[in-house]
Amino acid sequence: MKEEFKIIANSIQREKSILDVGCGDGELMKFIHENISEKIRGLEISKDNVQKCIQKGLTVIEGNAEMDLQQFPSNSFDYVILSQTLQAFLNPEKVINDLLRIGKTSIVTIPNFGFWKVRFNLLFKGTMPVTRTLPNEWYNTPNLHMCSIKDFVNFCNDRKINLFKSLALTNNKVSSINKFNLNFKNLTSELGIFLIEK
Amino acid sequence: MNEFNDIKKIIIKKPLKLDCGVTIADYPLAYETYGKLNKEKDNAIMVFHALTGDQFASGKNPVTNKDGWWSYVIGPNKALDTNKYFIICANVIGGCMGSYGPSSIDKKTGKKIGINFPVITINDMVNAQFNLLDHFNIDKLFCVTGGSMGGMQVLQFIANYPDKSKIAIPIACSASHSAQNIAFNELGRQAIMADENWKNGNYELENKSPAKGLSVARMAAHITYLSKKGLQEKFGRKLQERDKIKFGFDADFQIESYLRYQGSIFVDRFDANSYLYITRAMDYFDLSKNSNGDLSKIFKNTKTKFFIISFTSDWLYPTAENREIVIALNAINADVGFLEVKSDKGHDSFLLDVPDFLNALKNFVDNSYKK
Repeated sequence: MKEEFKIIANSIQREKSILDVGCGDGELMKFIHENISEKIRGLEISKDNVQKCIQKGLTVIEGNAEMDLQQFPSNSFDYVILSQTLQAFLNPEKVINDLLRIGKTSIVTIPNFGFWKVRFNLLFKGTMPVTRTLPNEWYNTPNLHMCSIKDFVNFCNDRKINLFKSLALTNNKVSSINKFNLNFKNLTSELGIFLIEK
Repeated sequence: MNEFNDIKKIIIKKPLKLDCGVTIADYPLAYETYGKLNKEKDNAIMVFHALTGDQFASGKNPVTNKDGWWSYVIGPNKALDTNKYFIICANVIGGCMGSYGPSSIDKKTGKKIGINFPVITINDMVNAQFNLLDHFNIDKLFCVTGGSMGGMQVLQFIANYPDKSKIAIPIACSASHSAQNIAFNELGRQAIMADENWKNGNYELENKSPAKGLSVARMAAHITYLSKKGLQEKFGRKLQERDKIKFGFDADFQIESYLRYQGSIFVDRFDANSYLYITRAMDYFDLSKNSNGDLSKIFKNTKTKFFIISFTSDWLYPTAENREIVIALNAINADVGFLEVKSDKGHDSFLLDVPDFLNALKNFVDNSYKK
């Protein structure tokens, strides 16, 4: 399993309720379901992925997070997970607000646009960056709203969102992000993992 | 119509007060079963049929000699695997395959009941069928499922008996019959009642049959079960056994011939009055009307695990209406999954060989039984 998923799973307490938004083929859900909590449900836009989740015995709703999150009642889950999907929404701010409303804690991960390889691509090659966490070309990327770790931290601070845990991931190595090393982590990390609350 | 001497039925002694106010008792309920009930009695699935279905969901229908209406779904190793599960399917009351309906004989007069049959609802159908749990001594079903009107019965069953099934799979249905669907049903009823042989519903007494009216009703309904794309691909403008149009009103086009055929075989197996009563029951279906439109309230107490399935090309019970059920269940944090299956086969998709549907159904049922 991906290091990112291990970190997410380790952040979740036993027997708590979880909603995985954009749960894909259910890999993370299955791990959590078998090892941490059976009270986990998913929301997924792709029919093929929903089928794969059903095959794994997972409860998944086919739907679009931007339209369908509003139907979930407030505070109905202990955790809401959003893994590397935020940048693909038309209105990420609305989605974040829905996550904070539905879950007591939200776990959001983002591919970091501030990563040095990304900057290097643009600065020296003059082309849109293609990296391990951003594998698409500019013309076929699903990503609409890319942001950096620093952007996301500023976003939370501006809106008084409680960002109570920030982790950086590079080459499967995890480290903490704090206000003193923010600029450095923003340059050296492929992925940011954030635990946020209202 | 046929006599039903060799089909399974129970006589329900317990009085049932219908929604219309009439109480019925000592009435027959015809059913069929597939597979075996295990010792623990935890493998029973109740399947509810749609408007023109019956209890013969799989195998050969002994009356029509055709395959059961859910033969793709029910059988050994199929989505509802008869090697593992015990499947019960009853003919709804109001029907015409042996259960209490307008073509039953009135004990007092010795004649068919006809239009004197009380108006029934989906709720009445479900309450009548619930008696089968007692009959088989089953405390709790493993699963309730069905498509179209069968799906409505699934929803009604969980609303009435929130703790009597572990899982529920309503397919291609709605919690509230739409104006469009009422309109199509009314079209069918008017076609039957406009046939001079309907005789105000007393055609049996005069040895007549409103076959033309019933046939037109079926033709109109049949169109609503398909999709425009499906029709275009199957028939297009192809001509029926001729090279060019004949400038008349004979069936020039294959689609005309097909619909006429569908109408003509239907009248052999279905009672016109049953068609009136069952379509009416569907029209009256509005699950949330007693809770001011709040569908969530209806399912408040349920621990049942739901899986709702719709089809992309179904315009009779479109995805949006199926989704409303999902939304209502989500609002009370019920355990609900949802899938919209891609298919060009319209509303009828749930009866046909649609692998994505059959696989999802099988996976969900089998995974839910394991736990």
